Amino acid sequence: MSRVQPPGPHKIRVVTLQIDGRDIGAREDETILEVARENDIPIPTLCYLEGLSTWGACRLCVVEIEGTTRPQSACSTCVAEGMKVITNSERLERYRRTILELLFAERNHVCSVCVSNGHCELQQLATACKMDHVRFKYRNAPYQVDPSHDLFRVDHNRCVLCTRCLRVCDEIEGAHTWDVMGRGVECLLITDLKQPWGESQSCTSCGKCVQVCPTGALTKKGTAAGEMEKHGSFLVYLTEMRGNR
Amino acid sequence: MARTIKIDPVSRIEGHAYITLNLNDAGKVEDAQFHLTQFRGFEKFCEGRPFPEMPALTARTCGICPVSHLVASSKACDHLLSVTIPPTGVKLRRLMNLAQIVQSHALSFFHMSSADLLLGMDSAPQQRNLIGLLSVDPQLAKDGIRLRQIGQTIIEWLGGKKIHPGWMVPGGVNEPLTDERRLAMLAMLPEGLEIAHRTIDLFKQLVSRFDEEIEHFGNFPTMFLSLVTPSGGLEHYDGLLRIKNAAGEIVEDMVPPTEYQRLIGEAVEPYSYMKFPYYLPAGYPTGIYRVGPLARLNNCDFCGTPAADTELDAFRALQHGKPVSSSFHFHFARLVEMIFALERMQQLLEDPTILATRVRARARGNANEGIGVAEAPRGTLIHHYKIDDDGLLTWANLIIATGHNNLAMNLGVKQVAAHFVDGNHLREGMLNRVEAVIRCYDPCLSCASHAVGQMPLKIQLIDARGVVVDELVRD
Repeated sequence: MSRVQPPGPHKIRVVTLQIDGRDIGAREDETILEVARENDIPIPTLCYLEGLSTWGACRLCVVEIEGTTRPQSACSTCVAEGMKVITNSERLERYRRTILELLFAERNHVCSVCVSNGHCELQQLATACKMDHVRFKYRNAPYQVDPSHDLFRVDHNRCVLCTRCLRVCDEIEGAHTWDVMGRGVECLLITDLKQPWGESQSCTSCGKCVQVCPTGALTKKGTAAGEMEKHGSFLVYLTEMRGNR
Repeated sequence: MARTIKIDPVSRIEGHAYITLNLNDAGKVEDAQFHLTQFRGFEKFCEGRPFPEMPALTARTCGICPVSHLVASSKACDHLLSVTIPPTGVKLRRLMNLAQIVQSHALSFFHMSSADLLLGMDSAPQQRNLIGLLSVDPQLAKDGIRLRQIGQTIIEWLGGKKIHPGWMVPGGVNEPLTDERRLAMLAMLPEGLEIAHRTIDLFKQLVSRFDEEIEHFGNFPTMFLSLVTPSGGLEHYDGLLRIKNAAGEIVEDMVPPTEYQRLIGEAVEPYSYMKFPYYLPAGYPTGIYRVGPLARLNNCDFCGTPAADTELDAFRALQHGKPVSSSFHFHFARLVEMIFALERMQQLLEDPTILATRVRARARGNANEGIGVAEAPRGTLIHHYKIDDDGLLTWANLIIATGHNNLAMNLGVKQVAAHFVDGNHLREGMLNRVEAVIRCYDPCLSCASHAVGQMPLKIQLIDARGVVVDELVRD
């Protein structure tokens, strides 16, 4: 993973910690999530994507750290000497399920007819976190589909505001076509200054945003239900080849 | 004293409905209505969605015949794409549509109606279902389950799922057929044909017991609407519209499905959520017509497969070559169509081009309006979409097969009730006949098929002041 090193002769130390009772050694500048994944310890994530900056918004990666009362997000918390982390507990499962239920209730995720059905990270998370129903009232708020782009379309009904598209466009492609407007429940992804995507001057039509989108929000045009498979593996290669540039 | 009988729900049909019978002072049925109580709203909530989503989205209308919606919707989308579908794509779609005909007809005949036929209309409701049938004629019950399984398995092998496969898409299908699967499908068909022949033979033996029902089960003159091949043969996937009148004269012929609006108008009645299509030039409600297996066999000049053509001759003989008018014979027609579908599937699978890998044409929306028409198990199914230049739906109209039969079902209910129901001496068997005429049409009112077993049924006789004078409860 690319990371901007602190200036000066600072030496990175190795720390030891416990994750789920396992003694693990790690670099002090690594996050709990990175260390857990290096050691094949699964932690669910949604907004996190290796190769992009950390956002820490979805909170699905919350873990318990001994000595703290509040769960911490594993993607944005660095390891420390003697740290004891629990990645799975009844409380964490409940929190994760609740977060997912809120996401499903917030917009209109109709899996059965979605182009990403069967290939959707939100859907997979719901299964993995044993979410079998939504206890919250669905908002059923109307959201638009913007089909103005020649190759792609955005369906705000399926957006979870993970901002992967925003970050990949800004950090990898360098176009910064995507951004977020509004606050709270009014948040909405926009292209340029809220022009239709097809009229965006900055978009290079590279399609990176489509490939990193975890749901059926950003898709190729012309896809039928279940046909949209994302291929995000390019991201790791790109960031590796680019180094710290 | 005028009274009303309410049959709620109608059991062993697909979906939820009830029937009201209005009795006059003498206890005779004066009027009858078939009420569909659900509201789905598909036409409205499809608006704003990208058109390539339509096949899968509209297929959710139904869990019994999703393939029919996939076919009609995909064809409407093909029209929007304005491209020619690769021949193998068409053949594979046909194959799935025929498998759907087999499984749906098997469900209707064996699971829903055979208990009435074998055990009798007056048999105990506790027995009068598939489970009851298992104890009386296990072979018939097993045959029904097996035949339905054959249809469903072929659908699953083609589309990945038995119900709501996403395989049929605008432009064709999204995966070709493998030789392994082709051979496996072919291996199942002889057993299916054997069952279908055995069943039609049994039906011919049973039918003499039902002379009274045949005479009064929706037996009236109507027109018939269906697709036929350009040469007048039996058709389920493509073809042209034909309308015959009760005398067997062709009223409309070789009408391109895109011109359906010239033939069909839609009326609404305050007592049902189902629309009432009618033959437009004749007006409402004079323009009553029927669709489905009965209409298809009445309309076609031939089936096009050997065994089905032999059975078609037997079907024609029922009314000496004239269109068969009793809705009871929807059952007969369904059995003939099952034979046809199995034979036709065999022909398609024996054609080596079925394995070609070009199965999909790709394009964008090249037209702003698309119409797709196909024959669902229950009759002619029409999907009509309008899209904007970016491919989002601005308008949709779906004319569901069952809807076409709405006028005829209402008339059928009235005819059966007037003949069999005596309001002064209510018996369960009388009301079962009222339900059974509905079952003849195999209406598909929603995506829900009722569970096996007796449905709760409550019939009340209510006088003009709203006082319950008699009550019959089956729970």
